[in-house]
Amino acid sequence: MASKKTYNDTLGESKAAGLLVRLHIDLPLLLALLALCSFGYIVLLSAADSQVGQVERQFLRLVLAFVVMIAVAQIPLEQVRRWSLPLFIAGVVMLVLVLFFGEISKGARRWLDLGVVRFQPSEVLKLAVPMALAWLFSRAPLPPGLLRILLAVSLAAIPIVLIARQPDLGTAILVASAAGALIFLAGLSWRLILVLLGAAGAAAPVLWMAMHDYQRRRVLTFLDPQSDPLGAGYHIIQSQIAIGSGGIYGKGWFNGTQSHLEFLPERSTDFIFAVLGEEFGLVGILILLSLYLLVIMRGLYIALRAQDTYSRLLSGSLIMVFFVYLFVNTGMVVGLLPVVGVPLPLVSYGGTSLLTIMVGFGLLMRIATTTRL
Amino acid sequence: MPKKDNATLDSNLKDPHADGRVFTVRVIFSLVVVMVCLGLVVSRLMYLQVHQGEHFRTLSEGNRVRVEPLPPMRGLIYDRNGILLADNAPYYSLEIIPGKVRNINETISKLSQIIPITEVDMQRFQRLLAQRRRFDGVPIRVDLNEEERARFAVRSHHFSGVEIRAELLRHYPYPQETAHALGYVGRINQDEMARIDTSNYAGTSHIGKVGVEKAHEDTLHGEVGYQQVEVNARGRVLRTLHEKPPTAGRDLHLFLDLELQQDATAAMAGFRGSVVAIDPNTGGVLAMVSSPSFNPNLFVSGISATDFNALRDSIDRPLYNRAVRGQYPPASTIKPFIALGGLAHNHISVNSAKYCGGYYQLPGHSHRYRCWRRTGHGMLRMEDAVVQSCDVYFYRLAQEMGIERLGDVLAPFGFGELTGIDFADELGGILPSPEWKMRTRRQPWFPGETLIVGIGQGTFLSTPLQLAVATAAIANRGSFIQPRMVAATHNTLTDKLEPTTPVIRKITLGRPQDWDAAISSMEQVVHGPRGTARRIINPHYRIAGKTGTAQVFTIPQGERYIESQVPERLRNHALFIAFAPIENPQIAVAVIVENGRQGGAVAAPIAGQVIASYLLNQRVDVVEKKI
Repeated sequence: MASKKTYNDTLGESKAAGLLVRLHIDLPLLLALLALCSFGYIVLLSAADSQVGQVERQFLRLVLAFVVMIAVAQIPLEQVRRWSLPLFIAGVVMLVLVLFFGEISKGARRWLDLGVVRFQPSEVLKLAVPMALAWLFSRAPLPPGLLRILLAVSLAAIPIVLIARQPDLGTAILVASAAGALIFLAGLSWRLILVLLGAAGAAAPVLWMAMHDYQRRRVLTFLDPQSDPLGAGYHIIQSQIAIGSGGIYGKGWFNGTQSHLEFLPERSTDFIFAVLGEEFGLVGILILLSLYLLVIMRGLYIALRAQDTYSRLLSGSLIMVFFVYLFVNTGMVVGLLPVVGVPLPLVSYGGTSLLTIMVGFGLLMRIATTTRL
Repeated sequence: MPKKDNATLDSNLKDPHADGRVFTVRVIFSLVVVMVCLGLVVSRLMYLQVHQGEHFRTLSEGNRVRVEPLPPMRGLIYDRNGILLADNAPYYSLEIIPGKVRNINETISKLSQIIPITEVDMQRFQRLLAQRRRFDGVPIRVDLNEEERARFAVRSHHFSGVEIRAELLRHYPYPQETAHALGYVGRINQDEMARIDTSNYAGTSHIGKVGVEKAHEDTLHGEVGYQQVEVNARGRVLRTLHEKPPTAGRDLHLFLDLELQQDATAAMAGFRGSVVAIDPNTGGVLAMVSSPSFNPNLFVSGISATDFNALRDSIDRPLYNRAVRGQYPPASTIKPFIALGGLAHNHISVNSAKYCGGYYQLPGHSHRYRCWRRTGHGMLRMEDAVVQSCDVYFYRLAQEMGIERLGDVLAPFGFGELTGIDFADELGGILPSPEWKMRTRRQPWFPGETLIVGIGQGTFLSTPLQLAVATAAIANRGSFIQPRMVAATHNTLTDKLEPTTPVIRKITLGRPQDWDAAISSMEQVVHGPRGTARRIINPHYRIAGKTGTAQVFTIPQGERYIESQVPERLRNHALFIAFAPIENPQIAVAVIVENGRQGGAVAAPIAGQVIASYLLNQRVDVVEKKI
């Protein structure tokens, strides 16, 4: 240890750098996240212009989220690993409780009222599922056997089905993609992947039958938004008008007519990407996407450098979920994917998913700094 | 490295390098997936923002900017003394914009909880809904009072796509008296929509349906204006970007004299029929009454089916404008005109006489054409023949003149053709002739028909307006003036009254003394010792007139017309034409009372009242002074 310190000193690194290491902070990731959140916050200032108090509240949430991230980074990975399965089991139990005692809001039973706070157990599963699966796969050498994969799939399927039944398709997709990414990273054989893709294609009609009416309608309107320009198609049409009318350079900050004249629905939450497109144009969007790419690449790099199987799988899975967040949201706003309630990570107004994501980044930071030792 | 966990240790010991290689490949593959997906998003953005940018900018402008038509204010209508006959009053209706409402029935049921909506309202709504475009408002309730407006206003945020529309609607302060003289406006229907310049009517809901309102639609309507406004998603107007104000329609100043119109209406009370009074100097219509009348204000706001059916089905036909569309045989009122023609063409002279034995037979025919007096008038000259309205005298004269010449004499007075008045949908009557009969009935002309034309019966038809116009032409001694409703229009740009121009045509017929003789015979009808209209003599002026009794019911050959045996609606129509004062004619009047039996007893007194009302009340003529 002593020799390392000297080495650092001779390189002329400041004491602050040492502090960062001691606090388990990965500086490139932190800077990328800060840049991303700042830019996102600038967009939110305009998007949430007419919503009283949103701007201030979101600022506090961002600050809190960063604090939480750093706090999580202080937890030793062994502790995290040890708590993987119990957290997963607790999450599933809470989901079952939600099924019976959950509060209904906007037609879905998602919330659990714990007296002090109301929270969504499904958020916990976004972390608990990759943790549990990473734990499962780290108990045997990779690539995992078929039995272990089946076990992992069955484990993950329990919360996914429960969440999809709430109904909360967005979260279900995110949890499923976390599980999928993890199994893929664990080394699922390519042949099996092809078989599964084929099976998924065959299962699509079955899935269609199992969908709720509103979910089916969303898919239909996604395929033909003009069929219902005032109803479900309205979101898609208006968000595309907002983005398209922004052009290359945008209409300027606070000058978006689609957003400020309230044509664009949910403009500070799920559709904030359209506000960015309208006011900052293609240029603004490319900047934001670059920041996202930076975060994702740093996350994948951390996964590559991770010290053990558990850390690798967990970090890889978490960063891929972050990407799925981004892709599902932007894909929906630009009209590539059906409307699914997934926020733009770290930018959309809202605290719940922000907190979950930042806990995830806390874990990534711990993994990153653990690797270096 | 301290021993912490067996599992970790195990996995690390089990060929960590093999693990690492697989994992590295998978991470790189993941990165490729990320890049491909983001590439998809970016290429979609390139398409939306670069390739289709212009298109979406247009759509976003279309969202933001709405062009709203500013309807022009309809011109007002004044009588000759500057009294307002048609104005524009504020009127509030509740409209649903079908294209902006998700569930129309649900919206209506919610609305009905705060504002009463009747079955009639629903019917009108359904009817109009089928006609309008998706983003045009359809009225669900009309004529909202202040309380209803307030009740909706405080809840309007619950009703997107529903709004209160304030508009200025036509209002007629003297509805019953002026209904037929002015006509009325109503909501534009589909036929009219196809005819009008829809861009100029973009903000206008009403259009002239009949009468002056229809004939002068272009003058009254004005030009539409536009404003570009910025709106938010709920359609609320935030600010005006650009405005082109509308040009108001021109006000009309009529020749019509409201007081005279009211007096004439009063005189006609209880009768079916019509009075038309014309100023022979201008051709201006001083009064135009068709009785019974109706309330035109009902049509402006949209008449209910019940009200409309009651008006339509009434046996008295109040909606029927008898003044311009009622076609009646002119009967004996035609006799002065024929006498004038006989004099002019030297078939008769003032002093020559003809014999009336109670009937006339065409040479070689057995049919007897009867005189109204069965015992006959004996020998009589032209003046007596007019005064006593001898039918046989005019059978003989008509026979001598022949149908061609009768037509040549009567046509210049306007019989059988439209007067060309600035009033919608007048009818032209019928001046029978062999060509007319061949054309319309494919039958040859019979000699007896010439005789019937000579006494103004049979297929000979004219409107009260035509009779009044012809009477004015006699009063003017051959100067035929096209009748006019509008004396002047108010030019909004110059703020000046612009008079309409009279159309005058000279009737070339006979010598001046022939006209004097014809007029003199009409004077004797009123003032002569044996006159049939003596009861309207007034010491202040002298009147020239002629009574008439038009047959509704054909009496079979050899039978007598016994009034008490004929059903009321088949009894004779009473007619009277007159002008006064003779030496300086100021007013020419035609009166028709349906089933009024006797021209002298029923129609003449009404004309007398109208003439007295006009000539004895000194009125200030605002319009003519201003011009």
